[in-house]
Amino acid sequence: MTDSATGPDQFTGATPDNALRDADRAAGPVLAADGRPLKQSLSRALRAQKLRALGLISPLLLFILITFILPIADMLFRSVENQIVSETLPRTVLALEDWEGEGTPDEVVFRALAADLVIAAEQKLHTRLGSRLNYETTGLSSLFRKTGRDVDEIGEVYLDQFEALDPAWEEPGTWVALMAAPDWIEAQADWAAQAEADRDFDSPEPRFRLDPAAGEAFPVAAPLYQRFAEVIQVENEDSPTEEEPWPIVYQALYEDLIAGHGEGVAGEAGRLIAAARDAVPGFETASAREGFLEIDEDWGNPEVWGTIQSFSDPYTAGYFLSSIDLQLTPNGVEKQPEDQQIYILLFQRTLFMSLVIMGSCVLLGYPIAFLLSNLPLRTSNLLLILVLLPFWTSLLVRTSAWKVLLQQQGVINDVLVWIGLVADNNRLELINNQTGTIIAMTHILLPFMILPLYSVMKTIPPYYVRAAKSLGATPFTAFWRVYFPQSVPGIGAGCILVFILSIGYYITPELVGGTTGTFISNRIAYHISQSLNWGLAAALGSILLAVVLVLYYIYDKIVGIDNVSLG
Amino acid sequence: MPLLDTQADDAFVQFERVQKSYDGETLVVKDLNLTLPKGEFLTMLGPSGSGKTTCLMMLAGFESATHGEIRLKGQPINNIPPHKRGIGMVFQNYALFPHMSVAENLSFPLEVRKMGKSEREEKIRRALDMVQMGDFGGRRPAQLSGGQQQRIALARALVFEPELVLMDEPLGALDKQLRETLQFEITRLAHDLGITVVYVTHDQTEALTMSDRVAVFDDGRIQQLAPPDELYEAPQNSFVAQFIGENNTLDGTVSQLSGDKCIVQLDSGEEIDALPVNVSNVGDRTLVSIRPERVEIDPDLGPDSHTLDAEVLEFIYMGDVFRTRLRVAGRDDFIVKTRNRADQVRLSPGQKVKLGWLPQDCRALDP
Ligand SMILES: Nc1ncnc2c1ncn2[C@@H]1O[C@H](COP(=O)(O)OP(=O)(O)OP(=O)(O)O)[C@@H](O)[C@H]1O
Ligand SMILES: [Mg+2]
Repeated sequence: MTDSATGPDQFTGATPDNALRDADRAAGPVLAADGRPLKQSLSRALRAQKLRALGLISPLLLFILITFILPIADMLFRSVENQIVSETLPRTVLALEDWEGEGTPDEVVFRALAADLVIAAEQKLHTRLGSRLNYETTGLSSLFRKTGRDVDEIGEVYLDQFEALDPAWEEPGTWVALMAAPDWIEAQADWAAQAEADRDFDSPEPRFRLDPAAGEAFPVAAPLYQRFAEVIQVENEDSPTEEEPWPIVYQALYEDLIAGHGEGVAGEAGRLIAAARDAVPGFETASAREGFLEIDEDWGNPEVWGTIQSFSDPYTAGYFLSSIDLQLTPNGVEKQPEDQQIYILLFQRTLFMSLVIMGSCVLLGYPIAFLLSNLPLRTSNLLLILVLLPFWTSLLVRTSAWKVLLQQQGVINDVLVWIGLVADNNRLELINNQTGTIIAMTHILLPFMILPLYSVMKTIPPYYVRAAKSLGATPFTAFWRVYFPQSVPGIGAGCILVFILSIGYYITPELVGGTTGTFISNRIAYHISQSLNWGLAAALGSILLAVVLVLYYIYDKIVGIDNVSLG
Repeated sequence: MPLLDTQADDAFVQFERVQKSYDGETLVVKDLNLTLPKGEFLTMLGPSGSGKTTCLMMLAGFESATHGEIRLKGQPINNIPPHKRGIGMVFQNYALFPHMSVAENLSFPLEVRKMGKSEREEKIRRALDMVQMGDFGGRRPAQLSGGQQQRIALARALVFEPELVLMDEPLGALDKQLRETLQFEITRLAHDLGITVVYVTHDQTEALTMSDRVAVFDDGRIQQLAPPDELYEAPQNSFVAQFIGENNTLDGTVSQLSGDKCIVQLDSGEEIDALPVNVSNVGDRTLVSIRPERVEIDPDLGPDSHTLDAEVLEFIYMGDVFRTRLRVAGRDDFIVKTRNRADQVRLSPGQKVKLGWLPQDCRALDP
């Protein structure tokens, strides 16, 4: 060939052939026709395709994210979340840190608790805290409710004495002058004048600001007063200029003054403080501890304090420990009392019964699926509709029907007595126990076993068994060594479906399970809708999820997940 | 009965008046009589739906005969279940067990016969070597090509040393070249091992090249049972003549009949010489059949023989042969094949010629 343009290697550009030759020469990465590495070209070509695929699944992805992934994440979070204690009782938690767990804590702790509880009661948070802690130690709910009602009496001794000293202490204005930042006082006055002028009392007052100098002068009283002002403004939509502080603030002021603080206050307020400083050593004192014990003597019980201390961390393993019949105490992890150990038993029972249900579904479903897959298509379709028929009636109706059939005066017992298999005075207990749950759930879940089995068996051609027989195998050997191994993927799929469905089943065990035939899910439902202990419910749910995942993993190791087929 | 051509006492397999109906309305197999001596390679050939597989299945025991008796070595086997018949079988789709390795597949028939491990291994090795697959024992069937799977299926059917092996279109799914290789291997093995084979196929070349005898099936009956050469050269009826090989047919009426010669008057009025096969009386309607390679152009056959006028329509050069299409007796599809010899004339379209043949090459069959 003399034509230089078409001769080999005459083109220096990227012709397809040159690229191929280059690729042959260089032992490096294979190049596409345009000289780029083939891998790169391929991934470029596939990118658009991938984006398109992503676009197609994105609505579902979003849906799943919102309705499935997020709730699961929330559940996992709730099972360890415990911020309510440290948020509601911040001072107490701090003060309680050094408590050894012996006897009752110091006066300091009681004072902190008084401050926390007054604020919490004002915000109505103490009852929620009470219910939360009641999960751990019964009685705490009523203790907190009761204390919340009376806690504002603590410190009244001091309030009375301050007011007796000088009636000016009754005035909210005194406190404002003492504590508020000067610019806030100005802003508040402007706001009040403006509101008066516009006759508009809906716009909120400027946020209270503490005078830094007051903060220094009264290390205990100032933060408390600031908290008081905030609560008054936010919760009560009122103004610190019009409300007398809580007694506990007076007590705090007393503490500051007796400790020698409160210097450098100017003006009228300075005069009041100076007078008070001189007077406080003569004040009658009252301990917060006594106040609490007066409200309820349970505050003297170390167990109560132990519970608060154990659950003061924002995250806790307490729910998970409860889920496996353990509890968190100040002395570490301990077993629950014998009569409260139910969850391990429930988990075991749930697993055991799910396995039994799965087993009976295999035993009952396999022959049916085998029959169906060997019938002509017309007949098998008809029979398949019968298999699916239960799906057309409500689960509740079917389960209730089992109640009618299985009860001691029910149809099945009647028939057995009539035949003479069972004595009339010795009728079988078929419902409100494990038997009832197993019977009803096997019935309900059977289609989930039959369908995957059927679709797998449908794909096993009849000639394998024929071949086996022609090779000399008896019908049983042919079935067992040739047909059955090929149907295992169907069994696998059916078992996974049935087991996972049954391990989390709720309605049927609830209706026919009585007390011995209920599942862990019934307990979870109880905690979600009745005891409202969502944290425990979440922990139980998380454990259930983990158990399923572990079993799934084991299953994958033993059977192999690629050995599962839905058809 | 013309089809009972072998003596019953050296019969290895025998079908006697066997009928089969699946639905109770139509007979799929009608009155089948067939006798196979030991060591024979018999092929069942026929159009789709003619009942070949059904016959094989009845022999293997997977279908029961509606009527009649099947005997193996003189014993009626109608009531013996398939696994006790000891018949090897090769299926069209191989039917290798997908969950077992090649060696396990071969081991299966030996295990169910409770054979010891060392004996099994020896037999498996021999069987695999026999089909030249010695190195593939550890593979799964899915890791083999179609031809390799077929060899394994063959080895599996032979490993337990059955005396009778049935094969239902074993090579149907393979390409032509592979098919030819395996055809050769199957016949070689069958002869070396001395086994009796019943082989089903659609492919007439396969049937003709492999078999000792061929049974041509149609409409649930054996139309002819004969060695390949006889089948080709002396078809007993018009179905067999048309089904096997290429064939020219002409419709006519018998006008003279004397012993082994007859004269047929074609519908176009011309007369030709023919061999009476399926005609018995003067005036019978008949279909005469002549193989394209037995027709002579401008023949010199003697004074009293008949010839036909023909016009060349098309001349096709095919290398080893020439294929000429002519208009004869009002039909446009008359084919003549001539060998590519140095002195062979090449006809051109439009040319007028005369055609003739030896009377014994032209068979007067049923219409
Ligand atoms: N299991 C069956 N049930 C009902 N009819 C059947 C069954 N098997 C085959 N038939 C019918 O019997 C007839 C013969 O079938 P058979 O399979 O024996 O044909 P064949 O000669 O093997 O055809 P092919 O060459 O296509 O394999 C067909 O008409 C078919 O429809
Ligand atoms: Mg067939």
